[in-house]
Amino acid sequence: MGYEPVIGIETHVELTTNSKMFCGCPADFGAPPNTNTCPVCLGLPGALPVVNGTAVEYAMIIGLGLNCEVAPRSIFARKNYFYPDMPKNYQISQYDQPLCVNGHLDVETGAGTHRIGITRVHMEEDTGKSTHVGEGGRIQAASHSLIDFNRAGVPLMEIVSEPDIRSAEQARAFVTELRAAVLRLGVSDAKLEEGSMRFDGNISLRLEGSEAFGTKVEVKNMNSIRSLQRALEYEIERQTALLEAGEPVVQETRHWDEEAGTTSGMRSKEEAFDYRYFPEPDLVPVAVDHQWRARVADSLPELPAQARGRYIEMGLDGPVATVISRDIEYGSVFEAAVAAGGDPQTVANWLTGEVTALVRRTDLSLAAGPIDGASLAELSAMVSDGRLSASAAKDVLAGVAAGEGPPAAVAEQRDLIQVSDTAALEPVVDEVLAANTDAIQKLRDGDDKVIGFLIGQVMRATGGKADPGAVTELIRSKAG
Amino acid sequence: MSDLADLTLAAAAGGLRSGDLSAVELLEAVHRRAAMTEANLHAYLTLDREGAARAAVGADAGFKRGADLGPLQGIPVALKDNMVTRGLETTCSSKILAGYLPPYDGTATTRLRAGGAVILGKTNLDEFAMGSSTENSAYGTSRNPWDPDRVPGGSSGGSAAAVAAGSAMVAFGSDTGGSIRQPAALCGIVGMKPTYGLVSRYGLIAFASSLDQIGPLARSVEDAVAALEVVGGYDPADSTSYPGAVPDYRSGLESGVSGLRIGVVTELNGAGIEPAVQAAVNRTLDQLENAGATIVQLSLPSVEYALSAYYLIAPAECSANLARFDGVRYGLRRLGENVEEMMSNTRAEGFGPEVTRRILLGTYALSAGYYDAFYGQAQRVRTLIIRDFQAAYEQADVLVSPTSPTTAFPIGARTDDPLSMYMSDVCTIPSNLSGDPAISVPVGLDDAGLPIGFQVMAPALGEPVMFRVAAEVERLAAFGVRAPLASSEVG
Amino acid sequence: MPVDIDIAKVARLARLALNDEELAGYRQQCEVILEHAALVQTLPTEGVTPTSHPLPRTNAFREDVITECLDREEVLAQAPERDGDYFLVPRILDEP
Ligand SMILES: [Zn+2]
Repeated sequence: MGYEPVIGIETHVELTTNSKMFCGCPADFGAPPNTNTCPVCLGLPGALPVVNGTAVEYAMIIGLGLNCEVAPRSIFARKNYFYPDMPKNYQISQYDQPLCVNGHLDVETGAGTHRIGITRVHMEEDTGKSTHVGEGGRIQAASHSLIDFNRAGVPLMEIVSEPDIRSAEQARAFVTELRAAVLRLGVSDAKLEEGSMRFDGNISLRLEGSEAFGTKVEVKNMNSIRSLQRALEYEIERQTALLEAGEPVVQETRHWDEEAGTTSGMRSKEEAFDYRYFPEPDLVPVAVDHQWRARVADSLPELPAQARGRYIEMGLDGPVATVISRDIEYGSVFEAAVAAGGDPQTVANWLTGEVTALVRRTDLSLAAGPIDGASLAELSAMVSDGRLSASAAKDVLAGVAAGEGPPAAVAEQRDLIQVSDTAALEPVVDEVLAANTDAIQKLRDGDDKVIGFLIGQVMRATGGKADPGAVTELIRSKAG
Repeated sequence: MSDLADLTLAAAAGGLRSGDLSAVELLEAVHRRAAMTEANLHAYLTLDREGAARAAVGADAGFKRGADLGPLQGIPVALKDNMVTRGLETTCSSKILAGYLPPYDGTATTRLRAGGAVILGKTNLDEFAMGSSTENSAYGTSRNPWDPDRVPGGSSGGSAAAVAAGSAMVAFGSDTGGSIRQPAALCGIVGMKPTYGLVSRYGLIAFASSLDQIGPLARSVEDAVAALEVVGGYDPADSTSYPGAVPDYRSGLESGVSGLRIGVVTELNGAGIEPAVQAAVNRTLDQLENAGATIVQLSLPSVEYALSAYYLIAPAECSANLARFDGVRYGLRRLGENVEEMMSNTRAEGFGPEVTRRILLGTYALSAGYYDAFYGQAQRVRTLIIRDFQAAYEQADVLVSPTSPTTAFPIGARTDDPLSMYMSDVCTIPSNLSGDPAISVPVGLDDAGLPIGFQVMAPALGEPVMFRVAAEVERLAAFGVRAPLASSEVG
Repeated sequence: MPVDIDIAKVARLARLALNDEELAGYRQQCEVILEHAALVQTLPTEGVTPTSHPLPRTNAFREDVITECLDREEVLAQAPERDGDYFLVPRILDEP
């Protein structure tokens, strides 16, 4: 009998508020060290926190976007542990009365749709950043550490999933969908590389068909969606090997090593887990009444799953709809292109095909333009009405991306417009036919293969700009 | 009065406005007094002579321009050294903050500066406001101006001693379990803890956040009112600050107590109270009755549990509040092989025994498996105490008791027995748990010539009626005695 | 109620480097205080909501606007040890 993985994911998302969670310091990334600080976020003696109301609203937006219930009353708590980059040596977080509970997120994989429960969404504050100085910047080999408190106090949401995930692939799909949802909701930039979105995994194995949970291992330090999947795959293998050998899985926190592709146990002490939570006496409860909740719920933007459904109704196939709905930039370019008259499937194919390739090849950003909905609509119209060949269209797209102008202008400039005007083509066709009377005879005799040769002659004579469809029609009618 | 240092705030404020005296003269008189008394009293940790002189000159210039910034303009005030002052050493009487120069002013300090007050310096306290005698200060014990062999009370003992001795005209302290009222009682002055949330805690170095309140220590009820008017009122920097305007405290000061119901709390009178103290309180009650008040005897059964609840809640909150003193960003650092050792060495060395004890207590009370039995239960008891008070205020306008069960005790008498020290606060702690205002007014001396304080408690935001009764108690007691050390003959 | 405190564990949690003699002293004192404090356990409190706050206020929010930060030099001047614009601490053994 095989083992079934049971996985839950904790995701931390920094919010894109102007100011920090409990003080007026800027919450943005990349300021010179220790400049975005004040008595509150430095934990100076005497300072007191005050909740950023916008952060509460953003947290509510995430919660509602993940189909959570919003608690009518929630409170902050102090989570006590010592760490040098955490100024107060307690983190203001939420514990037994979080803002949002009981949600879910539907996730698509090749195997279908999976509903992953969301246990809770709660508010807390980020810590500062320690840089370990010494051998290779590794924590264990460092001689000392340098601390920058700019990030201390940045609003952080913790999103805790139920242990509903059953494979590393599902976990990957879950965080991909979650990231897409957060981006669509517009409350975080969810940049993995800057750490504004981070996740930890909890994983245990159990015999297939069993209802009981196995021993849980927490895996940390995955800094990409890909490494989350790899770390979970590694843990599944490691735990399977242990169980098959009859050895116990130890409940512990393990550290993912990206280079080695392995996890290893972290030094842990019993008291490390005694956080001594208690209600934060410096803050008063957050009370969300019906009106406030309704106002936020009504203003929620469309979520990826909803967009995907709508795209499928517009005629897209499932995988393409998933790709476009998960990316807010793709989604908005797609919608704009369709609104400008573009054919949905054609535009979608362009987006997921040539545009994606271009984005990968160059440092093109969709959000910044110049490839926008209008240009894609125009491009797709030019292809479908025969003015551009498929291959010429790729050149035009590259030209648009390079900032040469809108598609028609680029095509003109690069001399890529197909000639499909009969009046313009007729003299050329006549010339070709006159020079190839034997080929015409073969065509009349029913040898259809020869038409390709004739079309080729016309294309050569027009420098490749003739519309092959129009040319074919002309030859047939003239050959009679 | 011959010496300006002995003026009440009200008298000095009048003189400043009439031009009879200047803020500079007033400051000089107070500095002269401090020069005489400090060697004996050690009320101050830091005297900011230059800052005070600048403020006095500024206040006088303001008066000359006709600018009136309020009742504290030009008045020399002292701040307990747990109130953050920008660029002026703030230690909380702890080694762990030796030499600390805060980069900001707390809200109360900001309002005092804006109100033209002349900030004299920082007064001594029990380390991190934990104690009832100032014996827990890392920088030496302050002494009682009535008898230098005795404690001034605590934790705001330095503030109380300064006001009683004339080395400050008014002072601010903080009250977590009686830390303003008890030293005021022991030093024969008025000390007042406002309703929780009335004075911003922003810039008050936290001991127990849900109990701490800043309040005035003064030579009269009217002076306390004036001081509260300046620092009180809503502050958006403190989430637990009361929104809403500060009410008028003055209009009732002359109204007397006729028609008021005064409740004597059974649990806080009689048993455990020194006979001389109780006798003085009873005498005051008789006077109040003669003045037209109705005296009612009331029982608040859960108040018996207040001290126990307090010694769980306050240490628990303090264990988290004091976690930030870790040797990373400010204050003391002791070396260690790694950061954890550095923090542990710094904290072991930087905190004195009482603070260490409370951190340990609080850490234990919050730790896994004990939370509900200790901290959780203490908070439920707190609810019961609040309910008892609410019920009592249905039957009485104010409640009264002695402020402290005893008068000032000798230095060293209780240092070996934490519980007996904690008993000093048995009458004051309930108001901190309920969040209600309370004031101590001196009403007499015991046989040893030591002052006795009378406590008036009122419901939340009931300062107007509390001050009204306190003012009448003050008139009836006609205390009017000056501490023996508060005179130019002693030094 | 007799109280039995694992004082060494509590001291570690609180980051207090105390020697055995100090630990024994604190343990004894804390146990005495806690036995007295345990009086709260004798009061029936079933169904009583705990009070963490004497103030009946909710939703004390701040506008999401940026306010002035502290001057870095003034802040770092208080640091026991610094390296340039950073606070310097001895090596850190664990992840949080
Ligand atoms: Zn800040």
